[in-house]
Amino acid sequence: MTASPPALRSRSRPDNQALLSRSDLASPHRFLSLARVLVPTFAALALVLTGLGLVLGFRAPPDYQQGETVRIMYIHVPAAWISLAAYTLMAVASLGTLVWRHPLADVAAKTAAPIGAAFCLLCLVTGALWGRPMWGAYWVWDPRLTSELVLFLLYLGVIALWNAIEDAGRAGRAAAILTLVGFINVPIVKFSVEWWSSLHQGASVFRPGGPAIHPSILWPLMISAAGFTALFFALHVAAMRNEILRRRLRTLGILAAAEADVR
Amino acid sequence: MDLGPHAGFIVAAYAAAAIVVSALVLWISADYRGLARSIAELEARGAKRRSDR
Repeated sequence: MTASPPALRSRSRPDNQALLSRSDLASPHRFLSLARVLVPTFAALALVLTGLGLVLGFRAPPDYQQGETVRIMYIHVPAAWISLAAYTLMAVASLGTLVWRHPLADVAAKTAAPIGAAFCLLCLVTGALWGRPMWGAYWVWDPRLTSELVLFLLYLGVIALWNAIEDAGRAGRAAAILTLVGFINVPIVKFSVEWWSSLHQGASVFRPGGPAIHPSILWPLMISAAGFTALFFALHVAAMRNEILRRRLRTLGILAAAEADVR
Repeated sequence: MDLGPHAGFIVAAYAAAAIVVSALVLWISADYRGLARSIAELEARGAKRRSDR
């Protein structure tokens, strides 16, 4: 049996492979088809992994110093990671808007902002609830806490900018510039505990020499973090689908109004 | 399960997580339903994008 030429092979590939090609992903129509599969898949993964992580987390022994309050870590740390990852995704998408002009880049950046802000808020709230019994204060102007608060304010600024400019193209470019300028804060959040004297503990998982956490606590944390990541992608893909539909609705409304004027 | 003297803080943290995640899920779901309904109404009235004609 002779192999078919590359062009013919490309044309005859199955639909599920076609879904994943770069040009297909650039098409909002194709993205809507993909979202129908991705949203329930990520949502199911999120339910299973987060549930398993939390069950294992509550079965793990208490920390020798922090006691039972270490249970807060299974939501606080994943929320913190997602708050940084979502902003990083926004920064990459902003490059997509400004440099590559990818048709879905500003959709990805715009819809990640409120979700990232929600996880950032969750990180701040759970951190305060963990800080009170451990440090004796809900809030201190510590480098890690302050830079995470700045991240939250950056999220709010990007959301406000999107809503302040009516033209989606101009809003996308302005928000992309603000996002990229604000990205400088992401490594500051990450390395703040190393660069400055901090009440917040240093890196315990991603650090030279490996994790400093006992496996009985580390595994539930990593599973919970994987669940939070799946949850973020489920919400983000669903929100991107909504934004594409919102733009389609706007186009339909304009065309309907124009046709009504002609009659 | 005994969560010790700081049980209130632990429960409050998990309640905050439940509220934030539920709010996100409900907001995105309600947004989708509203958009799908509005698009269906417009299309029922004959509105079509040029690419759909």
